[in-house]
Amino acid sequence: MIFELIPSTLRMSTPLGFAALGGIYSERSGVINLALEGMMLIGAFGYVVGTQISGSTWIGLLVGTSFGLAMALLHAIATVTFQAEQVVTGIGINILALGITEYLLPTPQQVDGLPHWELPLIGSYSFMVYLLPILMIASHIFLFKTPWGLRLRAAGESTEALAALSLSRTKWQYLGILLSGLFTGVGGCFLASEVHYFTKGMTAGRGYLALAAVIFGNWRPLSGVSACFLFGFATALELANRWNIPGQLLHSLPYILTMVVLVGFVGTSRPPASLGKMKS
Amino acid sequence: MNIRKLFVSLVRDETSQSRKFFLSCIPPLLAIFGFFLLCGVVVYLRGQGALEFYRIILLSGFASLDDFGYVLFNATPLIFTGLAVAIGYKSGLFNIGCEGQLYVAAFAAAWMGMHLNLPVPLLVPLCIGSAMIAGAGWGAIPGFLKARYGAHEVINTIMMNFIAFALMNYLVTSVYQEQGQMIPQTPQIHEAAQIPRLASLIPILPQSNPLNVSFLIACVCVVFCYIFLTYTRWGYELRLVGNARDVASYGGINPRAVTVWVMALSGAIAGLAGVAEVMGYRYRFLDSFSSGWGFTGIAVALLGRNNPFGILAAAILFGLLNKVALDIDILLGIPRGIFFAGQGMLIIWLVCIEGVSRKTDTFRI
Repeated sequence: MIFELIPSTLRMSTPLGFAALGGIYSERSGVINLALEGMMLIGAFGYVVGTQISGSTWIGLLVGTSFGLAMALLHAIATVTFQAEQVVTGIGINILALGITEYLLPTPQQVDGLPHWELPLIGSYSFMVYLLPILMIASHIFLFKTPWGLRLRAAGESTEALAALSLSRTKWQYLGILLSGLFTGVGGCFLASEVHYFTKGMTAGRGYLALAAVIFGNWRPLSGVSACFLFGFATALELANRWNIPGQLLHSLPYILTMVVLVGFVGTSRPPASLGKMKS
Repeated sequence: MNIRKLFVSLVRDETSQSRKFFLSCIPPLLAIFGFFLLCGVVVYLRGQGALEFYRIILLSGFASLDDFGYVLFNATPLIFTGLAVAIGYKSGLFNIGCEGQLYVAAFAAAWMGMHLNLPVPLLVPLCIGSAMIAGAGWGAIPGFLKARYGAHEVINTIMMNFIAFALMNYLVTSVYQEQGQMIPQTPQIHEAAQIPRLASLIPILPQSNPLNVSFLIACVCVVFCYIFLTYTRWGYELRLVGNARDVASYGGINPRAVTVWVMALSGAIAGLAGVAEVMGYRYRFLDSFSSGWGFTGIAVALLGRNNPFGILAAAILFGLLNKVALDIDILLGIPRGIFFAGQGMLIIWLVCIEGVSRKTDTFRI
């Protein structure tokens, strides 16, 4: 029974996983990123447009990712250079992405998906599904085992430590946000490549769900992506529509769980110390 | 001395309150100007006449009383959500949860209106009151979690939004759906619970115009918020907690209690947007009726610089934009997305200005 749900769980959780990794980079560098939703949407849009124009899914992937990066750059310029409110900027970017994609809505024409790889025992999935665990481990190593990761985290934890090493917080925050645009854009590409077309507002809150996974996973790549699998499983259960559980309950379960974890009833979830703090 | 320093010293040392006010108006006005300019350029680049575009913008909102009625009708929910966001913001809280709060409140109003059959003077206040309580409750939960456990209200209000969407969707599709209907909506509320349209009071307004008394409630709410924030003890406490938390607690104010009641008040006001929809326009609860009013409220509050009267003006502007968006879609074939994109740019530009002014102390209010 459960095994039947594995394919749809993987399909549901992969875009979330990419976006969550993106969110972790940005939030670890101290910048709240509510713009995941918009970055993912514009990534999906870029994939479809790029593929339609060039005919190559690889170009589509490139275009989608760079659109995600462009949104991230906007977020970085606003929040880091101009010290704008991070929460409001994120909402602004989401509205902007919604508007741009609705204005330039591509023709409702099917596009090819990204190539699927057949693996023994596991089955045939888009190669991105296999890429996610690799990136998850790589992100963990980068953030927690390398000096660069330490510096990026220091930008979000202790501004003084960075200043003492005469390192620029700006630079590391830019890196964090741009990485988040890169990953989230890729997540959007995957989303569009699986359904083969673009519809307006197709991310439907997945960016916020990924953000919930970031918090649920305590701002860590391994647990954050695991949270995405859990959330993806809840969605797969909802879609399978069995056992008479109201779909809406399953749908809101990730959000309830996140609130519970954030409050600290079960386990603890501690944000980076300087998350959302402005330059003093 | 460079120009910027001169400018800063001008603002700082200037005793005249009116000049300060004038300066604080510059960024929003520039933003609106830039917005229309940008839209005009986009229309020009599409190969359509930009002048025609501006003419339609003017005509669409102000050609007749009927048109202006639509503008005010569109503005009504935005006034409420704008005020709700601003009240939170003044005490240093981000209420991103207006969307969820207004849904919960709208459902509460619809439930009362469906189930109780009472005379108008009892039913209308009862419906509005229960909606406000529902909105306040939905807002107070994140407030309480922030005050008691330090959980960030932004995350919790977002989570509460999605929980509200799911809950309302469940209620309206599984429990209270109108019999024999495919549309996810409740049955109509009793006539006694319906807020009258202004067309029935003002004879020159066409009967089809949806502008209703909830707009007047919104105007009252603007005045109430202004007086509340400026002249009452609670308003003072709220602003003090927002500006100087430590000073507030030193002065005997409990910032945690303020956090809870501010979120509740903010939720109650956001809930009135749901009241306007259910009792003033649709007379029933329809699933996902709001087109992001809670989020547009953030833009409205920003543009109105968190001043209640500024919010009224900003909401009317956005009401106009919503109407224009429909008209240019029909008349020029320009997708409405252009206005969403413009709205997003407007928000980003305004927060950037605020960020810079925080650094340089210019344009502060």
